[in-house]
Amino acid sequence: MGKGCSCGAEFSDINDSGPLEEIIEKYKTDKGALIPILQESQEAYGYLDEIIMREIAKRGGYQLSRVYGVATFYTQFRLQPIGEYLIRVCHGTACHVAGATQITDEICNQLNVEEGDTTEDGKFTLESVMCVGACSLSPIMIVGEDTYGKLKPTDVRKVLKAYTKADSKEDDQE
Amino acid sequence: MTSQNGDRYKLILGYGTCGIAAGATPVKEALENAAGSGEFSIDVDIAGCMGYCFREPVIEMIDSKGNSFLYGDMTAEKVERLLSEHVIGGNAIDEWLVKKSEDPDFGEGDFLKNQHRIVLRNCGKLNPESIEEYMETGGYEAARTALAGMSCEDVIEEVKISGIRGRGGAGFPTGMKWSFARGARGDVKYMICNADEGDPGAFMDRSVLEGDPHSVIEGMIIAGYAIGARQGYIYCRAEYPLALKRLDIAMDACRSKGFLGKGIFGSDWDFEISVKKGAGAFVCGEETALIASIEGKRGMPRPRPPFPANEGLYGKPTNINNVETLAAIPWILAHGGGEYAKIGTEKSKGTKVFCLAGKVRRSGLAEVPMGYTLRQVIYDVGGGVQEGKSFKAVQMGGPSGGCLSADLLDTLVDYDAITQTGAIMGSGGMIVADDSTCMVDLARYFLSFTQEESCGKCVPCRLGTKRMLEILENICEGKGEPEDILKLETLAEDIKDSSLCALGGTAPNPVLTTLKYFRNEYEDHIFNKKCTAGVCPALITVKINKSECTGCTACVKVCPTGAISGKKKEPHSIDPETCIRCKLCISRCPSEAIYTE
Repeated sequence: MGKGCSCGAEFSDINDSGPLEEIIEKYKTDKGALIPILQESQEAYGYLDEIIMREIAKRGGYQLSRVYGVATFYTQFRLQPIGEYLIRVCHGTACHVAGATQITDEICNQLNVEEGDTTEDGKFTLESVMCVGACSLSPIMIVGEDTYGKLKPTDVRKVLKAYTKADSKEDDQE
Repeated sequence: MTSQNGDRYKLILGYGTCGIAAGATPVKEALENAAGSGEFSIDVDIAGCMGYCFREPVIEMIDSKGNSFLYGDMTAEKVERLLSEHVIGGNAIDEWLVKKSEDPDFGEGDFLKNQHRIVLRNCGKLNPESIEEYMETGGYEAARTALAGMSCEDVIEEVKISGIRGRGGAGFPTGMKWSFARGARGDVKYMICNADEGDPGAFMDRSVLEGDPHSVIEGMIIAGYAIGARQGYIYCRAEYPLALKRLDIAMDACRSKGFLGKGIFGSDWDFEISVKKGAGAFVCGEETALIASIEGKRGMPRPRPPFPANEGLYGKPTNINNVETLAAIPWILAHGGGEYAKIGTEKSKGTKVFCLAGKVRRSGLAEVPMGYTLRQVIYDVGGGVQEGKSFKAVQMGGPSGGCLSADLLDTLVDYDAITQTGAIMGSGGMIVADDSTCMVDLARYFLSFTQEESCGKCVPCRLGTKRMLEILENICEGKGEPEDILKLETLAEDIKDSSLCALGGTAPNPVLTTLKYFRNEYEDHIFNKKCTAGVCPALITVKINKSECTGCTACVKVCPTGAISGKKKEPHSIDPETCIRCKLCISRCPSEAIYTE
């Protein structure tokens, strides 16, 4: 795994003035803070790799097994980096009956990627998520922060095209 | 330039997650630009979800006489015509109108006319980011009155009189729950609001938090006072960023007004609220799992007793209520428990918010009195199924609930009546299915959800749901065996009886109810290897109706496997061996000539 090693030695990328130190300091007195610490660390570093988890354990006073246990229990936490754009396809009930499976299939087909994986060029990561709570627009996909609703499988290509050609992004939004 | 009749208009834009997803942000910019230009006599404000999710983005326009006009499917481009024709010209644009107050029967007027809004009383009306607007409608008066002149017991008694039951799904009487926490020994107690709305297809908690966060906070203040808790927590899904943001704004406003913090409302009572963001685990909707999660642990349930009322968060007495329950509390105190109890049936009082979604014509928020029939909710409020389709089932209660067939549509919205059918009232998700929905596939879908979300602590849930899912997958793939139905039923009963928490205990409900009401579909899949709804890929063939096909070649272009062939302008055909039944061609065909069999 990257530049880190399994002996738990200090890692030069995470220096004392980095965001992790601030995050740990902020929650010093909160006894139930492991989840917010992990959430904010993920926000700062993009994902939770082994080194970050080791540092959280050491500096926050948690057992490493507990940090890893919590990080792997909740779906929000990623242990792998994601691509430039995160594509989330909603698979809530309303989206499922409206054909979300076909949307995911078509994205896999268009990008040559498996669900949960990142494209070879590092541009897109495809994820299935549970209900995003906008059921009236089903089926829905969210690319980065942009939501596309009432999709047909044949719309997928056009949506993705907007992100492969970054400049035309604004024009193609629905 | 002012309007011809000298009117000043108030324009309220629905600005909840559903509105924003549908494109409300550019509309907001266009409205604000117009207001800023000074050309129009308008005031622009935002509100949470108005419930008309099926016509988002929506703008409500109110003239100086108080007449209201609701415009739907708005875009930034439409704003100019709206302002010039309606504000300046004084003429409403009928073709864009969803409803108008002058004529309750116009357009989609009956969507709201057939509702009874208590929990949603402010949603879509008030700016959720303004505490002043909430206070102008009498907000925080219930909390002030309770703290100034009511004993904790009086408050609990009023809630007991109202008869309200927990809206999170289980339906436990709220007043009784409060009295348990009140009676528990201990100086430190906690009040938790459960906003971990995990049921796929349910978004009422999100809508309430986004549209009216103050009513939830006020409900918590009252509950905290009643049970003796000085610290509150709101456990909200991280997937609801807008709800979290509006809660933060609302809590800050409360602190500056002295409604949260030390000596609230000038009394000697302290109450503070912290928000805890969930990290994505369905099981955390269960009380003991939620408590573990707030404590920073893996969200796994534990056996009860001890119940949280006696030993909850950090081992202290804890009371947990759902968002919808708490939002109703200020209304109950302001109007009296007796007034609330007048609504509903003998054992289910008040109103219930449902999220209508799926194949229903008007999807959105529906708050109806208990005692309505499901038919009234789906047809009178929801407008029935989409044109050209026929109603097949309604799914209630998400992965813990069940699917009910058309002959059960006269079932009352009542905890006990719904439980008798095998479904549950649940938190309020109501997904309508039509003839294009396969019930076996739907059961498989829910099982795959619960299987994925099972925390793995107890064997019946962890392994039992896995076995059930495997059987269902086999059936959907055309490998079903005649004894599968019996196996499913036996497993389901065992899992229900022996799971540690309600996640496992209710996981078999979607399978049991579909077996009960749609058994023929299982038999079709197993014995005839047919999926009549045309959903399960292994059991269908995609065909082209030669008399409808114009030979436009649109299907040929989208087919990922090259299974479609034919000359241009002549009917095409599909090679069943190469076809992977992805149905892309169906969604592309302009003459609807492609079908499944």
